[in-house]
Amino acid sequence: MKHIVKIMVLLVAISACWIGLLQTSIIPRKHTWLLPIYFIVSLGCYGLLMVGVGLMNFPTCPQEALLLHQDIDEAKEFLKRRGVDVGSE
Amino acid sequence: MEKNNRSYSIIVPTYNERLNIALIVYLIFKHLQDVEFEIIVVDDGSPDGTQDVVKQLQKVYGEDRILLRPRAKKLGLGTAYIHGLKHASGNFVVIMDADLSHHPKYLPSFIKKQLETGASIVTGTRYVNGGGVHGWNLMRKLTSRGANVLAQTLLWPGVSDLTGSFRLYKKSVLEDIISSVVSKGYVFQMEMIVRASRKGYHIEEVPITFVDRVFGSSKLGGSEIVEYLKGLAYLLVTT
Repeated sequence: MKHIVKIMVLLVAISACWIGLLQTSIIPRKHTWLLPIYFIVSLGCYGLLMVGVGLMNFPTCPQEALLLHQDIDEAKEFLKRRGVDVGSE
Repeated sequence: MEKNNRSYSIIVPTYNERLNIALIVYLIFKHLQDVEFEIIVVDDGSPDGTQDVVKQLQKVYGEDRILLRPRAKKLGLGTAYIHGLKHASGNFVVIMDADLSHHPKYLPSFIKKQLETGASIVTGTRYVNGGGVHGWNLMRKLTSRGANVLAQTLLWPGVSDLTGSFRLYKKSVLEDIISSVVSKGYVFQMEMIVRASRKGYHIEEVPITFVDRVFGSSKLGGSEIVEYLKGLAYLLVTT
């Protein structure tokens, strides 16, 4: 099943629940009408939260730059001795 | 330790990477000492003499270990992989960038992960513990994180790093997926891994560190963002 179909099925299921809620009045009507808005806003907030949390915990590796420089020096040494042109570009 | 009949073809597309290709080759040989592999350099007619350096490297390491399979001009990443695949004799294929943002020291961990799990694809991820990025400013990190959250929400891809291009594939799996991919640029990498996920291939991840060597990260402008969103929409509907 294509992914978009999966998502459509999910949306249809949620809509069916919503319409069901509207018809049976378990929750007072005026709240039910607003449920889709709450849902979308919550989704948006969740997304922003995920971005924020991810940003705070973004893995960085400053020491890797140093290690890379060392590797580059080591490589240049080796290659120069064996006749490979590693002059700066 | 016996490696039975596992051999690895490492495809490195290059364009004007005269210095980096030499460094990368050295580092690959340094970190893959007991492994059967070949390096396939797909150079797109670099004007800076990249191919001359590759020929020098062939004298040092052997023409059977370093294959130079150039093309006449810049023809794009996807076709570079396809071209490299044609010359690959290994039963596993590694794709990686030539600019040293992908460090060969992670190659053993890709191989080990594949051996342990029997996975069809092992992809490097920068976004988990043990991985990381260096050289990105706050704006760049924000864009990356936002893009990732959006892609995860829309596509449920099953991997944490969609645009990464440091990956190990079983050769047959790469051939299968690459024939059905049509995007270009980094959306190409996304499409590869999403299609693989949809087809049910076993995908594993290993943490990698990514040192961005392009100063100022100017490669993420408005047009890239639009391209990304279009790519996401395309993947949402067609995979």
